[in-house]
Amino acid sequence: MSVTAFLTDSTLCIGCKACEVACKEWNGVSEDGLDWSGFSYDNTGSVGASTWRHVKFVEQAPVPGLGGNAAEQASWTFSSDVCKHCEEAGCLEACPTGSIVRTEFGGVFIQPDVCNGCGYCVTACPFGVVERNQKDGRAFKCTFCYDRQKAGLQPACAKACPTESIQFGEIDHLRQKAQERLQELHARGMNDAQIYDPTDTSVRGTHAIFILRGESRTYNLPPAPEVPTVYLKKSWRSSALAAGLLLGGTLLAFLADGNRENGRGR
Amino acid sequence: MNDPIPLEELDERDLERERRLDQIRHEAETRGQLQVVTPRPAGAPFPQASPENGYYRIPLLKEPPWTWEIPGYLFVGGAAGAAAVIGAIADYTGADRELVKHARWIAAAGSVISPALLIADLGRPARFLAMLRVFKPQSPMSVGVWTLLGFSTGAAATAFAGFLRDRYGPSLPVRVMEKAGQAASLAFGLPFSNYTGVLIGATAIPVWNRNSSDLPLHFGASGLGAAVGILELMGHRKSRALQALGLGAAIFETWEGLRIEGRSHSHLDPLKHGTSGWITRTGGVLSGPIPTLLRAASLFGSKEGASSLRRWAALSSVAGSLITRVAWIHAGHASARNWRLPLEDRQSAESHFRRQPRPLKSNPKTS
Repeated sequence: MSVTAFLTDSTLCIGCKACEVACKEWNGVSEDGLDWSGFSYDNTGSVGASTWRHVKFVEQAPVPGLGGNAAEQASWTFSSDVCKHCEEAGCLEACPTGSIVRTEFGGVFIQPDVCNGCGYCVTACPFGVVERNQKDGRAFKCTFCYDRQKAGLQPACAKACPTESIQFGEIDHLRQKAQERLQELHARGMNDAQIYDPTDTSVRGTHAIFILRGESRTYNLPPAPEVPTVYLKKSWRSSALAAGLLLGGTLLAFLADGNRENGRGR
Repeated sequence: MNDPIPLEELDERDLERERRLDQIRHEAETRGQLQVVTPRPAGAPFPQASPENGYYRIPLLKEPPWTWEIPGYLFVGGAAGAAAVIGAIADYTGADRELVKHARWIAAAGSVISPALLIADLGRPARFLAMLRVFKPQSPMSVGVWTLLGFSTGAAATAFAGFLRDRYGPSLPVRVMEKAGQAASLAFGLPFSNYTGVLIGATAIPVWNRNSSDLPLHFGASGLGAAVGILELMGHRKSRALQALGLGAAIFETWEGLRIEGRSHSHLDPLKHGTSGWITRTGGVLSGPIPTLLRAASLFGSKEGASSLRRWAALSSVAGSLITRVAWIHAGHASARNWRLPLEDRQSAESHFRRQPRPLKSNPKTS
C-alpha cells in the first residue's frame, strides 16, 4: 500500500468539468442548484459539502501567450480544485469524535457514520474545503475515493479526466513528475509556471499538488496556509493564566472580605 | 429573387442601416472581431481573477456553521464556570451560606443548559455521545466536551447534595457527595469558564486566531463579570468580595476593549466596522466602562444608592457578556467572508507562529 496523491496540472485542463460530474456520479453527491455567478463559466464558486471537485475558470487580464487568446481578450486558464489532504490536517486534528481519520493511502477521510455535525472542522480548514451539509448537519468533503483506492482503482475524477490534467499516483513519484513538468514548461517559455505544494508551512505539504501559472492567490490557493494547531500553545497558555487569575482573584477577594459568616442578612 | 432596390430610392434611415452592414463586414474583415455595443449583463463588469483580486474575490474560507446556540453556550459556560469557582471558594473561606448556595445553583443551571445548547446545535442528542468516543488533547472541542462533562457532573452533584442536606439534614454520603462535587466543579470550572476562547482561537478564522492569546483571558473576565452580575441580581449586593471581583472583571474588559481599539490591523476590522463592529462595541462598553464607573460610584454614597448602582452594574455586565459572545461569533463570520486575509503572503502575515521552513524533497530548478 503506497501513499498516494493527486497532481493537478492546470496547464492541461480544458475546463470540461468531467471530474466534477464523475465525482458526483461515483460518490452520489447531491446537486448544487444553478445560480449564475457571472464569474466566467464558474457557477459553483468553490469546493464544499456538495462539490468535492470544482473547476475554476480563471479569467485574468490579458497576458500575451497565456491561453493563446487575442491581445484584447482576457486570458483564460482552468484548474480543478479539490480537498488538499494536508499532511498536517486542521480538520483531522480538530475533530472531537475521531470521525476524521488518515487513511492508509495518506488521504484525510470523514467517516460519515461517526461525524456528529459539530462543525468544528469547518472552522479548522485553512483551505475552506470542509462544509456542513445544511440538510443533515454533518460535514462532507472529498473522500480521496477511499472506496476505489481500497479496491486498487484510481479516484473517479482522475479516471474521467480526458487530458490527464488530474493525475493520480504514488506521492514521491508525482512530486518528481511535477518537477519534470515544471522544467518542461519553463523550457517552453512559461516562466510563471510554479508548483503549489506548501511543504514549508505548518501544513507540511499536501496530497493534492497543483501546477499553476502565475500567483497561487489568483486560484484562491493561500500562499501561507496554517494548520490551526499552531495557535494551541498560545491559547492554552492564556487559558491557564485566566484560570490562575480567576482562582487567585476569587481567593483573595473572599479572604480579604472580612464579612464572613455574618453577611447572612444580605 | 426580386431585383434589388437602387440605393438612391432608399430613405435616409434605411440607407444608414445598409451602410452599417458594410461597416460591420469591413470591421470583421480587418480586425477579426467586432466591437459591438451589446446590453450590459446585470453586475457587469465582472471582476477578473488576479493576485490583487484573488479568485473573483470569492472568499476562500468557509463561514463558521454555528447559529445562536454557540454564542449562548459561550455565555452560559463562562458564567456557570466562574459561578462554580466563586461558590467553592466562598464555601472554603466560610462566606455567606446563601451566596454559596446561589452560586452553586447558577453552576448547576449552567451544567444543564450548556449540554442542551450543544445538543441543539448538533441536532440530535445521540450525536453528543459521538464526542465521548475519544479524548483528543489537540482538539479544543474534545478537551472542552470532557471539561463540560466533568463540570456538569460536579456542579449538578453539588447542587443536588445541597438540596438533600437542606431537606433531610446532613448525612455522611450527602456530605461526601457535596464536597467531592464541589471540588470537581472547581477543578473543571476553572478551565470551563474560559476554554471557549481556545476553542475559537485555534481555528483558521483570521479574527479569531490572531487574537488567540487574548481570547481566553477576555472570555474568562467576561464570564466572571456575568457570574458576579447574576449573583448580585439575585440579591448579593452587599458582598465586598463580589464587588471586588466585579470591579476586576470590568476593569479587565475595559482594558481589553482599549487593546482592540488601539491596535490597527485588517484582521481586527470585523471588531470595529460593520454590524459585527457595532455589536462588539456595544458588548465592550456594557462589560467594561459602564460597570467600572457604576461600581466605582457605588463605593461612595449611601447604602441604598450603592445597592441600586450595583444592580445596574450587574445588569450591564450580564448583558455585556452575552453581547460580547454574540459579537465574536458574528465577527468570525465577517472575517471568513473577507477574501483578502487568507491570501496574504508570509511577509504581511504575522510570522511568530511559523515553523522553520522544511526544504523541498527536490529543488525546483528554474531555467
